[in-house]
Amino acid sequence: MSDKIDIQKIAELARLRLTETESDKLYCYLEQVVDYMSQLNQLDTSNVQPTSHILPINNVFRDDETSKSKNIDYLTAAPSKNKGHYEVPKII
Amino acid sequence: MHRKTILQAKEDLLQKKYSALELTEAIYQRIEKIEPKVQAFVHLTKDIALNQAQEADRKLAAGHDAPLLGIPIALKDLICMQDALTTCSSKMLDQFIAPYDATVVNRLKKAGAVIVGKTNMDEFAMGSSTENSWHHPTMNPWDLSRVPGGSSGGSAAAVASHECLAALGSDTGGSIRQPANFCGVTGLKPTYGRVSRFGLVAFASSLDQIGPMTKTVADSALLMNVIAGKDPKDSTSADLKLPNFMNSLEKNLSGLKMGIPKEYFTSGIDSEVEASVQEAIKTLESLGMEKVEISLPHLQYSVATYYIIACAEASANLSRYDGVRYGYRSKKSDSLLEMYINTRQEGFGEEVKRRIILGTFVLSSGYYDAYYLKGQKVRTLIKQDFENAFEQCDVIIAPNSPITAFKLGERVNDPIKMYLSDIYTISANLAGIPGISIPCGTSKKNGMPIGLQLMSKHFDEESLIAVGHQFQLNTDYHLKQPPL
Repeated sequence: MSDKIDIQKIAELARLRLTETESDKLYCYLEQVVDYMSQLNQLDTSNVQPTSHILPINNVFRDDETSKSKNIDYLTAAPSKNKGHYEVPKII
Repeated sequence: MHRKTILQAKEDLLQKKYSALELTEAIYQRIEKIEPKVQAFVHLTKDIALNQAQEADRKLAAGHDAPLLGIPIALKDLICMQDALTTCSSKMLDQFIAPYDATVVNRLKKAGAVIVGKTNMDEFAMGSSTENSWHHPTMNPWDLSRVPGGSSGGSAAAVASHECLAALGSDTGGSIRQPANFCGVTGLKPTYGRVSRFGLVAFASSLDQIGPMTKTVADSALLMNVIAGKDPKDSTSADLKLPNFMNSLEKNLSGLKMGIPKEYFTSGIDSEVEASVQEAIKTLESLGMEKVEISLPHLQYSVATYYIIACAEASANLSRYDGVRYGYRSKKSDSLLEMYINTRQEGFGEEVKRRIILGTFVLSSGYYDAYYLKGQKVRTLIKQDFENAFEQCDVIIAPNSPITAFKLGERVNDPIKMYLSDIYTISANLAGIPGISIPCGTSKKNGMPIGLQLMSKHFDEESLIAVGHQFQLNTDYHLKQPPL
């Protein structure tokens, strides 16, 4: 299966850009790791339920009461801001 | 002064043998002396710490007490503290100043702790040697040519070299236990959900857990009393009544059953590590524990399962680093998409990119069932292994790492070899159970500490503390000091 991996496509999905050298290196890595992971195919899991979370997850409800929030200026951490907004390069 | 445990220093502070300010200053003198060699810290918070120490002294003088009043503690650099840098040892967050306190930091502060600084780690906690730090590597205090383990390598090295009395780390696949092992200190990974993750920068959200790294098990018990418990800000934190973990220190081990998993003693384990663990089992038998052989048959699949799940979750969690709201932003971008891509390209290190790529791959259309879903199913089998095992025993005794600390540079170019060094710790994270690493020997070949791992049922940290503490009362491995 691993010979079909399109590393550039995966990089695009992950919003990464790979140089040719990086791409070659990552391809070798991915091939090795995928090969290692294929050992899981030795196990028959057709009747096994997947576990995404180890403890039972329930909705967490709370009373609908107002409480004071901390006065934090999250914009101070922004790499670029303008008049109380995050600033980004032109979109359109 | 810097060589004290938390419990010893607490006693001294109450008896006014020295002040909290003197203790904090002694710690900074130690840091000044040791850091050029070990490089455990990425930044110090001296101004904050000195203020906290003076405040602790005022409270002590007024006759107040709190669990950690005046005790110098270090934080792994992925735990947010307001007004301090939290870089995750990444270029991506190099200038990031946390706007709020993590819940654990809030609790440490309320308990009177003095926060001395932030410790080095593998970038975004991805690694087993702290060599993946963007800042610099950290050296093992026992041998400066060796790694301290990872990813909480800075915290482990800082505790081992007495640059703080204790530290917090985080453990996703062994990142507290393995460096504690490599540096000869005690490291406890609590049950998933025991400690709030609010303010912990996420790596793999279904596996991450914050825990104490200390000089003794007793100190870990004390820290657990402070940091554990339900937090409304973390919906995955468990709403359970908290025990007083200090009470477990008095527990008699007589009749307690220890399970020895045969799969942990097969291929790949260093003979000295195996001998030390066997010796530790004998010690525990002499303390009244009963030995039963158990089986965890899916151990060999844990590394593959872990890397599928952890990387999948990481690829989703790390999508937030886009250069918009916080962190690094590339300067050479004309469009928004270019800005995202250049920022991530320039801001993330090699191992982080590898794992994002791997995680994106296992989640991508056409591969999801074969890898991610398969991994989640095998996770169920691993979890069931432990459920079966705990029907036969109270505590599982195993080696913590198959090897002792390796040399810097030795494994960094072989990711799979590096991943396999976590084989004994990973399954506790997949199953969500607690685990602790405590020193149980020293290698004659290289002088490096050997670690013993104890694991128990969900929310039964008390058994780990009980067994670990009695072991330390009857052995002196945890008292051995690195030659610094």
